[in-house]
This record gives sequence, C-alpha cells and structure tokens, in this order.
Amino acid sequence: MRALEVDQLDVDLGGRPVLRDICLHLDRGELVGLLGPNGAGKTTLLRAILALTRTRAGRVLVEGKPSRPGRSEIGYVPQRHEFTWDFPISVEHAVMSGRTGRLGLLRRPGVADWRAVGDALDRVHLTELRRRPVGELSGGQRQRVLVARALALAPRILLLDEPFTGLDMPTQELLGQLFTSLAGEDHAVLMTTHDLVAAVDTCTRLVLLNGRIIADGHPADLQDAELWTKTFGVSETSPLLKLVRAT
Amino acid sequence: MSITDFLTDLLNPDLAFLPKALAIAVMSSIVCGVVGCYVVLRGMAFIGDAVAHAVFPGIAVAFVLQGSLVLGGAVAGVATALLIAIFAQNRRVKEDSIIGVFLVGAFALGIVIISQAPGYAGSLQQFLFGSITGIPDRDLYLVGGAGLVILGLVLALHKEFVAVCLDREMSRSMGLAVFWLDIVLYVLVTLAVVISLQTIGNILVLALLITPAAAARLLTDRLGVMMLLAPVIGGASATVGLYLSWSYDTPVGGTIVLVATAIFLAAWLIAPRHGLLTKRWRRPSGQEPTDVTRPMPLSDLAHPQDPSLPVR
Ligand SMILES: Nc1ncnc2c1ncn2[C@@H]1O[C@H](COP(=O)(O)OP(=O)(O)O)[C@@H](O)[C@H]1O
Ligand SMILES: [Mg+2]
Repeated sequence: MRALEVDQLDVDLGGRPVLRDICLHLDRGELVGLLGPNGAGKTTLLRAILALTRTRAGRVLVEGKPSRPGRSEIGYVPQRHEFTWDFPISVEHAVMSGRTGRLGLLRRPGVADWRAVGDALDRVHLTELRRRPVGELSGGQRQRVLVARALALAPRILLLDEPFTGLDMPTQELLGQLFTSLAGEDHAVLMTTHDLVAAVDTCTRLVLLNGRIIADGHPADLQDAELWTKTFGVSETSPLLKLVRAT
Repeated sequence: MSITDFLTDLLNPDLAFLPKALAIAVMSSIVCGVVGCYVVLRGMAFIGDAVAHAVFPGIAVAFVLQGSLVLGGAVAGVATALLIAIFAQNRRVKEDSIIGVFLVGAFALGIVIISQAPGYAGSLQQFLFGSITGIPDRDLYLVGGAGLVILGLVLALHKEFVAVCLDREMSRSMGLAVFWLDIVLYVLVTLAVVISLQTIGNILVLALLITPAAAARLLTDRLGVMMLLAPVIGGASATVGLYLSWSYDTPVGGTIVLVATAIFLAAWLIAPRHGLLTKRWRRPSGQEPTDVTRPMPLSDLAHPQDPSLPVR
C-alpha cells in the first residue's frame, strides 16, 4: 500500500483553476521534492492532500483511506510565516501544541505526551533550547520547531511547505540532512520548494509542478531543458538551465 | 481620604452601593484581564472595540423597556460578535471597514433609541462613562455568574485557543473546529465587555480588556504567568481606581483606566527583560540593545553553522 496516492485531482480556488489532473504517489523511505515557481499551486496541493481545501475532482488516499483533517498519519509543516512567532510560549510548549487535536477537549498533556515531545525535540536537536521563548530563535531553529511539532504526533508521512525558503545555505544543508535521515527512518517525506539547488541535492525524486504535473522522476532523469522552461516559465538562456545541466 | 476612611465607607450600610460597585469592578476587571490576554496576543483589539460600540443599542432598548441592561447589551454584543466571526473567516476580505461602518451605525442607533426615553441625558452619561450608583442586586449575581462561566470556558478551551492563535493552518489540519473556536472566543470577549460596562462605561471598557493584558505581556515571556498577572493588574487597578475616585470625586471609569495606564507605563519602563529603562541600565555605553544576554546553549555549539542570533 502506498503512503500517499493522489489520483486525477482538480482544484479550483476563487472560481479559477489552480490544479489540474494531478497524479502523484509517495512511498515510505522517499524524500520527494515538489518544485515549482510561486503560484504554481504547491501549497494548494499540500492543503488538498490534508483535505483542507475543497477539491473539484479526483481523490486523495492516505495509506489507502480517504484523507480528512485530524488524521495523525500525516505530519504537516506549514510555511514559517503561518506561525505567530511573537507569542509568549517556549519551544517545548509550541511543539506540544501539535498534539492539541490528538489530546481532545478537556484533556491535559500527560507523561506519554511529554515523552513524545521530548523525542521530537531530540530528533531535531532542539532539546537544549526547549525552554527558550520561540521569539528568540533563528530562522533555522524556527523551522526545526515546526518539524518537531509535526513529529510530536509520530506521523509516517511528512508534508513540508517551503522549509528552505529564507534560510542560508548551511542551515538548508543541516535541514536537508534531517529530512534525509527522516526518510531513512521509513517516513514518506514530501517537500515543496522553489529552490532547485537544495532540492536536487537532497531529494530522491523530483516532481515539477505548474498547475499540472510537468515531470516526475529522479533528478538525473530530468535533464531535458524544456521541462524546466515549462515549469518555471524561464527562457532558454536562464541561469536556472545552467544549474540543471551542472547537476 | 485615608484607606481607613475608605474601608469605613465600604462597611457603612448607608453607602451599600459602594461595596457592590467595588465587587462588580473587581470581578469584571479580573475577567477582562484573562480574556484580554487572547485579545492582545491575537491582535484583535478591533473586535473588543466593535463589540463595545455595538452593545449600545441593546442597552438602550433594555433601558427604554426597563429590562436588564447587562442582558440587553449581551444580546446585541453577541449578535455583533457572530457577524464579525463570519466576516473574519475569509481573510482575503478587508473586514475592518465593514466593522467600522457597522459599529458606528450601531452606536448611532443606540443614541436615537435612548433619546426616546425621558430623562435620557443622565443615563446617557452613565452608559458612556460608567457609574457606581444604581446597580441593582440582580446585576451583581449576573456579573458574578457570567464571570464564572467565562473563566470556566477559558480554562476548558485554553489549549485550543492557544493552538488557533499560534497557527490557524496547523490547527485546521489537526481537525480543530477553528471557526467555532473563533465564535466562542468572540462571544467570551463580548460577555467580558458587557459585564464591565456598568462601572467603566462604554467608551473606556476597551482599556480594561487591553491595558492589563498588554502590561502583563511586557512583564513576562510566559503565557501562564501573563494570564495570572493580567487579572491581578486589572483587579488592583479597579480597587485603587475606585478608592481614588471616591476620595477625589473623580469619574470612576476614567480613574480606574488611568491607574491601569500608569501600571502599563511603569511596566513599559522597568519590565525585567524588555523594559526601556532596564535595557538602558544594562548597557550604559549606548550599545545597540540585543537580546543575547544568556550563554549560548549547547545545541548551538553543536551546530555552529546555525546562526543562533535571535531574529526579532
Ligand atoms: N484562497 C484563494 N482564493 C483564490 N485563489 C487562491 C487562493 N489561494 C491561492 N490562490 C491562487 O492559487 C494559486 C496557487 O497558489 P499556491 O498554492 O499558494 O502557490 P504556491 O504555494 O506554489 O506558491 C495562485 O495563483 C494563487 O493566487
Ligand atoms: Mg506556497
């Protein structure tokens, strides 16, 4: 059974077509990069997978069952700007907030919940900073808090929305290593980005998206310049293509 | 007037309205302090403002019909809160102008309605600026009961409110009913405003919601501490404000708000980590203030590439 299967998915937003005929699958152990320019529909695809947006056609199966919000097989890591970073909360409590839905109404976190949070913090190397207010973290540390918050539910599938955006190269590399090792631990990881270099470097498979799927394959198989000009809408002489050829 | 005189007056049976006013002022400022923490952290002061204005026609109708002002205000306020919650769901629509038009319209409606009642000038002043006399016993129980219900709901839904406040998108993906949590929070804000109207008055009630919570935020980086400090600051402002107002014959609502404002200014100047003067004292040589006052934690050392300078 596939971890994730998207079948002929169509999504409209505000009366306009945003995604058309999306077919995509994801297995455990894979780290797949979803690449596309701004507005390509990357976030919309993740939201459709999480059943947070209405779909026009097609279906999404998570471990063989239709997706719905609140399923703990999927860990979601939204873009960093979705989070209120000036909120007076410590790193460990921010990570615990990821278990709010699982805990349910009127229940307070118990020993098992704190153990899950501790494991997640260990996993992203934030244990030493667990009592720090989230407002005093760097961009890379903030991204790790969001990953830990998703991991606190021990999901088997991870969806990451632009984890590299706005981070410098060393920080990207560190995060890339984390995602690679998560995939190595039998997670299925899907990560959106518009950063080609980071994606080629870390992903086992790339999916090029611009409203529809333009290509899907191993980085080495995506040498055809036309795929990239079609996805990113750049000209034949774009530096992007030089990068593709170099990789 | 000395504190002892104030205590004597509080116990004087001829001045029975005074302890009642104190009880209502303290209860409502405690409730406003707690609920105000969410208002401040979510930056939704505009909701409090809209609701404070919109309860006016409800109060006016209750006044004309000789009903309970608290109940009349609550009905109008909750209706407004629901409308705002529905508008605010679609974050792409600019809701602030709609709210602006709507709340001033409601306020105008209240003025027109109340002008139909004989002797409205005095009551108008009472609505706008608050008063400590003429509080029926019934309102004492109403405010106490409503306050307990509000605090109970805050306690029950705290972790959900925090999750939504932190990250709406993540909350939705966890299966939380974000829309309904918004509605409940807006209704709680409304009720906190309504039970405070009696003593503080319509114009100043927003201060009771915002000022103690904002002062508490300056004093701590921990939510739990903030939610304990805010009601303490609110309750202290109400008590000291009422005492000063009684001693110097100043308007009670205004005096309470001025005391709260003074506490806020003090916090702004001398807050332990972020206060204006505190920072200056710590770095007398005019350096750029930064927040790197603690030793670098080990995990930063383990990843020296990861810039651990706080992003503010
Ligand atoms: N709520 C919405 N209503 C209407 N259009 C939307 C909405 N959200 C996103 N869009 C549009 O959908 C397209 C895809 O958006 P998005 O998925 O955020 O792209 P990406 O994440 O790849 O940058 C964009 O053209 C955007 O303008
Ligand atoms: Mg996006």
